[in-house]
Amino acid sequence: MEFNNNKAIYLQIAEYICEQILLGKWKTEEKIPSVREMAVTLEVNPNTVMRTYELLQTKNILNNKRGIGFFLSDNTIDQVKQYRKTSFMENELPNLFRNLYLLEIDFDELKSQYQTFVTQNFND
Amino acid sequence: MIEINNLNFGYSKHKPLFKNMSMRLSNGHIYGLLGKNGAGKSTLLKNLAGLVYPQGGQLDVMGFNPTKRQPALLSQICFIPEEFYLPPVKIDSYLKANAPFYPNFDHQYLATLLKEFDIPASNKLIDMSYGQKKKFIIAFGLATQARLVIMDEPTNGLDIPSKAQFRKIMASALTDERCIIISTHQVRDLDNLIDTVIMLDENDVALKASVEEITTKLTFKKVKEIDESIFYAEPSLSGYNAVMPNYHHEESKLDMELLFNAILAEKTKFKPLFS
Repeated sequence: MEFNNNKAIYLQIAEYICEQILLGKWKTEEKIPSVREMAVTLEVNPNTVMRTYELLQTKNILNNKRGIGFFLSDNTIDQVKQYRKTSFMENELPNLFRNLYLLEIDFDELKSQYQTFVTQNFND
Repeated sequence: MIEINNLNFGYSKHKPLFKNMSMRLSNGHIYGLLGKNGAGKSTLLKNLAGLVYPQGGQLDVMGFNPTKRQPALLSQICFIPEEFYLPPVKIDSYLKANAPFYPNFDHQYLATLLKEFDIPASNKLIDMSYGQKKKFIIAFGLATQARLVIMDEPTNGLDIPSKAQFRKIMASALTDERCIIISTHQVRDLDNLIDTVIMLDENDVALKASVEEITTKLTFKKVKEIDESIFYAEPSLSGYNAVMPNYHHEESKLDMELLFNAILAEKTKFKPLFS
């Protein structure tokens, strides 16, 4: 994993985990990698991963079963979508709007581009 | 784990290195020790390990005074110096002579580490390259299972894959019982591994704060123009890389090099935030 943008590392790890969940790489009933395993994989301080796991717990994405480890919560996909949506609206949308405004891109043009993108990338 | 109270030290009487320095370090952290050349990083580490003696003040390392060099303490310290000497023997005879000083020495763990670092166990120490020797003493040091791990510029001399391996090994070596202190100039090698920054400057601790505390109080970002709210900025391709107080609760990524330069240049601006 590359940490390159300006966002705090623990948030970048949260996004990485959400991505794993949305892509279906982690299953609801399975134990997810421990804090230590994740820290080793990503080459980061375990305390940073712990902070990520605690954040995702407060967002009801992860469950901590004491003594066993971390699991995905039952409705984790919905929770991930909600978390990502809020973060997108707050952090990325203003930037996108700014460019739409500056470059005078209208919504109809955007819509057709969006539909082409969806067909090319997700409809197979 | 470690308590430093009013430490005074200097190699000559006219040039004190530390004046009444105080600091407390606890278990479960990887401390990154930063400072200019000659700021005293290595000297501080040597004080903690009983390799040099304070001229004033008290040191408490795991309940011991390191100047007494008691075996009970030394067996709990792993010290990886920047410059080191290894005798002209094979790895197994080195282990026979040195491992018994550490009651918790884990031979199996050592074998794993040597394998991860790609060092054949049958090697003669003297025939190895500088980087291989360095990896060997790091592996030996961690296999001692010492609770205090002190490393002076550990990534110097490591090749690119070994640096990644080193980061993985250190991420797994941190436990709640261990305290790891790494001094480094190569902050880009290690910045995601460090959870607390200690910066030495002008005979004292210029900053000691966790990454979380730093990024709560400060924000690091690219800006187009410089204004008065900015503490320090360096020109970059797309404007400036800037440090400023975190007025809007942004969660930015700590840029350790920028912070380092910022504190050297604008110490008085940062002091009130971190006292």
